[in-house]
Amino acid sequence: MSILVNKDTKVICQGFTGSQGTFHSEQAIAYGTQLVGGVTPGKGGQTHLGLPVFNTVQEAFEATKADASAIYVPAPFCKDSILEAADAGIKLIVCITEGIPTLDMLVAKEKCDQLGIRLIGPNCPGVITPGECKIGIMPGHIHLPGKVGIVSRSGTLTYEAVKQTTDHGFGQSSCVGIGGDPIPGSNFIDVLGMFESDPATEAIVMIGEIGGTAEEEAAAFIKQQVSKPVVAYIAGVTAPPGKRMGHAGAIISGGKGTADEKFAALSDAGVKTVRSLADIGAGLSEITGWAAS
Amino acid sequence: MNLHEYQAKSLFAEYGLPVSKGQAVDTPEQAAAAAADIGGDRWVVKAQVHAGGRGKAGGVKLVNSAEEAAAFTEQWLGKKLVTYQTDAEGQPVSKILVESCTDIDQELYLGAVLDRATRRVVFMASTEGGVEIEKVAEETPGKILKASIDPLTGAQAYQGRDLAFRLGLQGAQIKQFTQLFMGLAALFQDLDLALLEINPLVITSEGNLHCLDGKINIDSNALYRQPKLQAMHDPSQEDEREAQAAKWELNYVALDGNIGCMVNGAGLAMGTMDIVQLHGGRPANFLDVGGGATRERVSEAFKIILSDQNVAAVLVNIFGGIVRCDLIAEGVIGAVEEVGVKVPVVVRLEGNNAELGREVLASSRLNIIAADSLSDAAEKVVVAASGDSQ
Repeated sequence: MSILVNKDTKVICQGFTGSQGTFHSEQAIAYGTQLVGGVTPGKGGQTHLGLPVFNTVQEAFEATKADASAIYVPAPFCKDSILEAADAGIKLIVCITEGIPTLDMLVAKEKCDQLGIRLIGPNCPGVITPGECKIGIMPGHIHLPGKVGIVSRSGTLTYEAVKQTTDHGFGQSSCVGIGGDPIPGSNFIDVLGMFESDPATEAIVMIGEIGGTAEEEAAAFIKQQVSKPVVAYIAGVTAPPGKRMGHAGAIISGGKGTADEKFAALSDAGVKTVRSLADIGAGLSEITGWAAS
Repeated sequence: MNLHEYQAKSLFAEYGLPVSKGQAVDTPEQAAAAAADIGGDRWVVKAQVHAGGRGKAGGVKLVNSAEEAAAFTEQWLGKKLVTYQTDAEGQPVSKILVESCTDIDQELYLGAVLDRATRRVVFMASTEGGVEIEKVAEETPGKILKASIDPLTGAQAYQGRDLAFRLGLQGAQIKQFTQLFMGLAALFQDLDLALLEINPLVITSEGNLHCLDGKINIDSNALYRQPKLQAMHDPSQEDEREAQAAKWELNYVALDGNIGCMVNGAGLAMGTMDIVQLHGGRPANFLDVGGGATRERVSEAFKIILSDQNVAAVLVNIFGGIVRCDLIAEGVIGAVEEVGVKVPVVVRLEGNNAELGREVLASSRLNIIAADSLSDAAEKVVVAASGDSQ
């Protein structure tokens, strides 16, 4: 078992023939993902990476019955691409692109919610169920099929957590990058709820960062509804207020959104918090009693 | 990206919102001419910087003659204004706004922000204007009235009327406020704002609503489609190194420590700063070199980090996901040689071909210390930085 994606998930790619779409589609195919085609307007009927190219998501969906779409189109066109996928009936949309205007995301997110569509990202590494399906830009080779669910606002911090859980021999059930933007398609609570219901997930790693209150909301949710052990790390203890730290959403504004507040809320919810990102694997061992292999 | 008050007010005027007659000037002669042109016998002169608290810092003055307006301009142009919102250096003043003077009966607050928790643009209004709104929100949250905008339908006039009645406005003020609300909502949407604030929004002695100040922050992600706003960008208000970094699409934020950090990924860059501090060091900066840590980008990143005189050692922390670490190692070596880095450089490489990357570094004979884990890297760089400064 796993969450969101597995070996049966049929995936299309929007922005398929572009450089990013091409590179990461090749990687996804090599990993074993069931990529069934892609969309590039004006290139319908062609073949790319041995797969059919369609002009519209609607055509791609009708021909392939895809479950999920990976979006690699440039930021100015992402709102259109997300809404196109949603209208076509794609049930899981994973948007990798960074730099989408916030007002575009407000509309895209609202529409996806109304249609009951799961949106992951944007500005994220994507979703992977190790050994089965990879949608996104994460390096497949660092993953190991296993029992830890990982959810994170940051790409490279996710890789750190993946590497440590792989090195300890625990492996991952699924890993979800929810992205570093102020308006994410899915938040911690959405993904924590899925991990709680997933039999393959025995423990959860949650990686947050400064800005907003998503971690505090997640802490309240964990207290009420998550029975599995959770290890959390929050980046940005040393970040100054009022400065955007790379990610559009990583900013302490009006004194709110500090790492210390988030650590405190999570500790209060019974979460094992680690102050060093090098201690994620050790933190898992501590609360689960699992020995590193 | 922030705008100056005079720029915000010019946008307000375009949207038909009530602002004072005013001119932004950059010489004392222009200030005197502006006062004469605006007319009347009293004016407000305001130093234009990207920071609040200007009044208390002496950057705003009521003047009674064109000569006084010119003298104030002479006093501030080319100087730096230090307020409680700036750093100790202050922000440079390159424009003065000369405005007609408004007689005030009451000060209100009106603002709009993106509320991340509800995923809505939220308008906030309060009878407690002219003071720090964060304080009002903290101490008397009941005095902040809110209206949440549906992203699919946009703002509606009834929401403006509702706020107006709850603010206790009377008669013609209800219609004035509703127009103001609708105008601001259109401006927020059309110009891709992230924050909008009128503090204070005043009721004049004649009983009319009037925007006395204006603060606008624009969503940087949307600047590509706002050419008019791009032209309003004032780089003098930003940290020089941050502006230089932005040219290379590097995310850099200056801090006050002595350990330079170069990392791929924003989250990992923050995590690296934190682990440096956890091991007793003080990070000098945040820097995300991005996914393709090529030799050229690494070189530029080194130049920016080393332009900070406090930097006594540099920690390079790269998680090579898809890129090969041996290529990154060669990039780092090339950059260290090219830039002529004098301080010790600790490098931690993880991921694809990490072992090979470490070997490449070890054989370089440069002042590069290879670390074999994140904690090891943090320890080594803290030692290297303290050794250099003693």
